[in-house]
Amino acid sequence: MEKLTTRIKPPSDFSPGLSELWQYRELFYFFSWRDIKVKYKQTYLGILWALLQPLGMMVIFTLLFSKSLKISSGAIPHYPVFVLSGLIVWNLFNSSVSHAAESMIENANIIKKIYFPRLIIPCSAILVAFFDFLMAFLVFIVLCIGYQQPIVWNAILFFPAGILLSLLSAFGLGIFLSALNVKYRDFRYTVPFLLQVLFFASQVIYPLPIIQQSWLKNILVFNPLNGAIELFRAPLTGTVDINIVIASLGSCILLTVIGLFYFHKTEAYFADIA
Amino acid sequence: MLPAIEIRNLGKQYMLTNAPPYVALRDVISESVKNIFSKKKNPGNSFWALQDITLAIEPGERIGIIGRNGAGKSTLLKIISRITPPTTGEVIIRGRVGSLLEVGTGFHPELTGRENIYLNGSILGLKRTAITRQLAAIIDFSGVEKFIDTPLKHYSSGMQLRLAFSVAAHLEPEILLIDEVLAVGDIEFQKKCLGKMQEVSKHHGRTILFVSHNLKAINDICDKAVLLTKGKMMIYDTVEKVINTYITSLDTGTNERELISATSKNIYFSRINSFDTNRKNKYVFSSGETVGIAITVQNNDWSGAFTIGFGLNSFSKGRILISHKECRVMQTKLSKEFVVWLPTEDLTPNSYSVDISLLDGRKETIDLVTDALGFEIALANTKFEGLGYDYGIISKELTWQSTE
Repeated sequence: MEKLTTRIKPPSDFSPGLSELWQYRELFYFFSWRDIKVKYKQTYLGILWALLQPLGMMVIFTLLFSKSLKISSGAIPHYPVFVLSGLIVWNLFNSSVSHAAESMIENANIIKKIYFPRLIIPCSAILVAFFDFLMAFLVFIVLCIGYQQPIVWNAILFFPAGILLSLLSAFGLGIFLSALNVKYRDFRYTVPFLLQVLFFASQVIYPLPIIQQSWLKNILVFNPLNGAIELFRAPLTGTVDINIVIASLGSCILLTVIGLFYFHKTEAYFADIA
Repeated sequence: MLPAIEIRNLGKQYMLTNAPPYVALRDVISESVKNIFSKKKNPGNSFWALQDITLAIEPGERIGIIGRNGAGKSTLLKIISRITPPTTGEVIIRGRVGSLLEVGTGFHPELTGRENIYLNGSILGLKRTAITRQLAAIIDFSGVEKFIDTPLKHYSSGMQLRLAFSVAAHLEPEILLIDEVLAVGDIEFQKKCLGKMQEVSKHHGRTILFVSHNLKAINDICDKAVLLTKGKMMIYDTVEKVINTYITSLDTGTNERELISATSKNIYFSRINSFDTNRKNKYVFSSGETVGIAITVQNNDWSGAFTIGFGLNSFSKGRILISHKECRVMQTKLSKEFVVWLPTEDLTPNSYSVDISLLDGRKETIDLVTDALGFEIALANTKFEGLGYDYGIISKELTWQSTE
């Protein structure tokens, strides 16, 4: 039998590739399984919390922005459906990024003792957020039925497309921040602020077309979340603004490339500095 | 047959250690702003934790790695287990590596024993099917079968260690790296582990790399050993020869160490050293001997009173005792030596380390050096012979009573 041969050398610039990640897929599964299990064991409300949080926000936003400030919900007739569709995509991104960013520091004791592809850690943090998203998505479907929201069945595949864009953007930003957090310990305090800015720059509580200034709109389309929400709402509205999607996809890919590059650059030294 | 592990010209360089290894972005920004005006570049000190290590280990060999604290033993294992990359040279490994750098890595208190076996096993590189196959054996070996479906937070620390070692003992790698794990558990369990390790290596032809401070354990398990001194390989030979070389080198060795402070320029520790009552430099003491530790304080520009804090740690069990010395105002631009005498009748044969701290009048830390110095109390006392590997920290005679 041919034995596995490993060569250990000083770190180089090229990436060892994703094949190694595949080799360690079981560990990936176990990390995610641990985080999901622990998360729901520790809270009394458990899965209920994943459902109540977006619903609560939906009620608040509806009262505030639809009833009081009369913000339009674009092509979607009911504001609660409109805002929840944006909220769950945003929450997926938000909790993916914030958990991924913290994940490397939280798992420092394992990183210092065992070798495995470090990318597994932020990835499994994102998978946990995805699990919460699936719960929230069920609530969303119930809400759509309740409001008798018409669905454009030809566009149903835009749902997963929007989710994928949101996940990929969260991956790019999340791994970038996780590496940055290991190196610069005070950076973590800026992450919530950064996410808050992104929230208001995303078409969660307002539809992007109501922005009057064209220069502002031209900036906002590069927020990958706007593309993700645009795609996710397509089965509800029946239309999709392709310019937003292309600009978002472009910045999402750029973000992912930068994230992967920076993560790989610092990865080898995590054990020394973590 | 090709060697299981081939190490060629391996070296590992670290940047200065006294500073915190990670940085605050705030400092980086303020430093770079300062540098724009001053043009002065911080050169940064570095040292080689390992240098020019060349070694070939045949399949099935059991190699012990010995050396003093900071000799590079753990760094070598960390490189071989791919936790940290080398700076120069390369290592070629033929076979799957399992590392036991610390047992119980990744254990989670909220999960049950059974769930933790799966989690820990997969972190250590076992496949899920392999864990399922071995599950009964692992649970049986650990001796905690009654509590296997209870969350780990209800376990005693001893039970956690048993479970952890049990998972580790059932790893099936061709190459096993072990760092100081034998200091865990009770004697009975240690013997069981030792037996398991010997069985694994003899009958299954596993290659074992074993780092320990415990020469007896190295002698029992390994057939060859490597001695590292200040990151360099001194000798690679049979266990007896290497241990003898090590012991002779300790007698003449000096423990003196120059210190640099990352936090304070006004007043700081500049040197630390250990010696016996005749002020002969020493690193290994026999039990009962008084250890003298000289701490030099450099005062450049400090005009207040200060306090020197002294902490003694056991290598594996944490803080043992502390002591303080209040010092009056000291003349500036001067260094002064303080000697603390430590009687050792009550200490067991073990490795110890010393932390020192410098506090100002409000008892706030000015300078702190953890593990500033290490020393050993040698196993010269037959009292501990044959009592396993863990003698605890305090050596005390207890009275025993039994019912007739």
